[in-house]
Amino acid sequence: MSVKKKIMSTVAVMAAMTATAAHADEMRVALVVKALGIGFFEAAAKGAEEAAAELGNTEIIYTGPTDTTAEGQIEVINALIAQGVNAIAVSANDADALVPALKKAMDRGITVISWDSGVAPDGRMMHLNPSSTELIGNTIIKLAADHMPDGGDVAILSATATATNQNAWIEAAKAVLPNYPGINLVATVYGDDLSDKSYREAEGLMATYPDLKAIIAPTTVGILAACQAVTDAGKIGQVNVTGLGLPSEMAGCVESGATESFAIWNPIDLGYAATYIAHELASGNAKAEPGASISMGRIGSVTLDDTNTGAMSDPFTYDASNIEQFKSIF
Amino acid sequence: MMKRLATSREAILFGAILVLLALIATRFPAFVAPSNLAGVFNDTSPLILLALGQMVVILTKCIDLSVAANLALTGMVVAMINVAAPGVPVPVIVTVAVLLGTLMGAFNGLLVWLLSIPPIVVTLGTMTIYRGIIFLLSEGKWVNAHEMSPAFKAFPRTQFLGLPVLSWVAIVAVIAFYVLMTRTTLGRAIYAVGGNPHAAVYTGINVGRTQFWAYTISGALAGLTGYLWVSRYAVAYVDIAGGFELTVVAACVIGGISIVGGVGTVIGALLGALFLGVINNALPVIDISPFWQMAISGAAIIVAIAFNAQASKTKGRVILKSAEHAA
Repeated sequence: MSVKKKIMSTVAVMAAMTATAAHADEMRVALVVKALGIGFFEAAAKGAEEAAAELGNTEIIYTGPTDTTAEGQIEVINALIAQGVNAIAVSANDADALVPALKKAMDRGITVISWDSGVAPDGRMMHLNPSSTELIGNTIIKLAADHMPDGGDVAILSATATATNQNAWIEAAKAVLPNYPGINLVATVYGDDLSDKSYREAEGLMATYPDLKAIIAPTTVGILAACQAVTDAGKIGQVNVTGLGLPSEMAGCVESGATESFAIWNPIDLGYAATYIAHELASGNAKAEPGASISMGRIGSVTLDDTNTGAMSDPFTYDASNIEQFKSIF
Repeated sequence: MMKRLATSREAILFGAILVLLALIATRFPAFVAPSNLAGVFNDTSPLILLALGQMVVILTKCIDLSVAANLALTGMVVAMINVAAPGVPVPVIVTVAVLLGTLMGAFNGLLVWLLSIPPIVVTLGTMTIYRGIIFLLSEGKWVNAHEMSPAFKAFPRTQFLGLPVLSWVAIVAVIAFYVLMTRTTLGRAIYAVGGNPHAAVYTGINVGRTQFWAYTISGALAGLTGYLWVSRYAVAYVDIAGGFELTVVAACVIGGISIVGGVGTVIGALLGALFLGVINNALPVIDISPFWQMAISGAAIIVAIAFNAQASKTKGRVILKSAEHAA
């Protein structure tokens, strides 16, 4: 195994040297993912290629271990250092374990950023989050409001009452409610991320609030259970189920009409943005420091906070028009 | 006779359910509408099925903590069969589910019977093993509604004489178990094994083998429920029915099935499950904080166990009247 890997990395280094000789000034950006063969990351690689084509004279090295281990990623990173790539953009399997290898990369002048799943601040120049609490809170209300021109009652179906991320999103959603006149949040209930309890809570919402227009579930279990409950109650078209879900899981709900639209980060955009940022930093067009604003091409720009972390954008909205394209990706 | 009926465990529990319904009706009248009550019964059907199996196991002084994991594994397997071969008819799917569940139940039973490992340890172990196998089979992926065939999803929902098939399955199971427990040798042996294992041995009953059959029955019901569950909620993943085994045990305890074995009835298990079913369905509509919901479910269990403890306090029988007077 390790002999094979050594041979492979030697070949890779030789190939890299040939490549360097061929295009001396070409920018090489390595996109290191948690593991190869995962739809989400394959999509991110697609976005990276798109960014490379747009930036020009840029080569993407899409790589990662075959299983989601930190050791595997360290080997990959060491190989990339040997190849002398210009930038490494990594979605880490472990926030701390990769730090020494990535530090070594930065010592050799390689630009290192993390995206999706972050690395501890010591091991990267900046981290790109797919989205932020505020953006998600706003998006989930907007998803419901977009299909309620006359306003009306909406309810939130969350995971557990103590789930930190869900609660933060719900707080953010409540904060933006005044921006959506006519939208009336009547209840927040908790399905504990169990399909049977979520289903029952969704039934309870429909029974308690006969005029309910939308159920917002910022959890993948909850949104599916609510969709099934609305379908079984024969209320498709009357109650719109929305929130955060995965296209591969939500395809049936969108097809049946129980869900008009839902959101989750777009892996293509994420790969595109990570590549664009890595290129900007490596070419010296931008510097990763607190408060800095770095361009992400067609997506806009990201502003870094005091831990050099930034949020890409609103979660991406999926509906009948694009679900077919994404359901096989992740 | 009337007095015995009125003070029986089942009558008290039935009364408690009626009081509960009346209380809920004061806050949310639509809850007691017949159509809604039918919905509550339908929603409670999986719990009733599992509680019947658990009852049989508890009666033999054992416990089956692997029911929910068995349910989840069977559910995942039949869902994956459905995805791989959408043409497989539902009766075949149901048969596979029952057989697979039976197999897993029998495995528990064999360990308890032949290796004499304490039941709680056996089923704690198999619970984890079964959940682990789901992960290995599915690689952590979900089987979703749009991947399942329409027939696969339609079966528990099909209306028959005004009730969904899911409800009918529970009704048939309750009747079958009533006959099994009161009219068959196996049923009586189960009571005997739990009531007094030593006496049971002297009457020629094999204690271990009876416990094996109890686990097998419980497994078969868990398998059947596995298909019904996955079909009803139209999703299969590693964690479905997570922690449900404790709800099942709670239903049995509330239903007056003694945790030390030998005491309990089919009607008790049914009412215990319905009691929890009513609470679970009512809490979302009467607008109570989720933190209180857990406390209420917990309190119901404690009250039920306190009742059990009172009822099972044997007064002690005076067998030598003269000796008592002499003392």
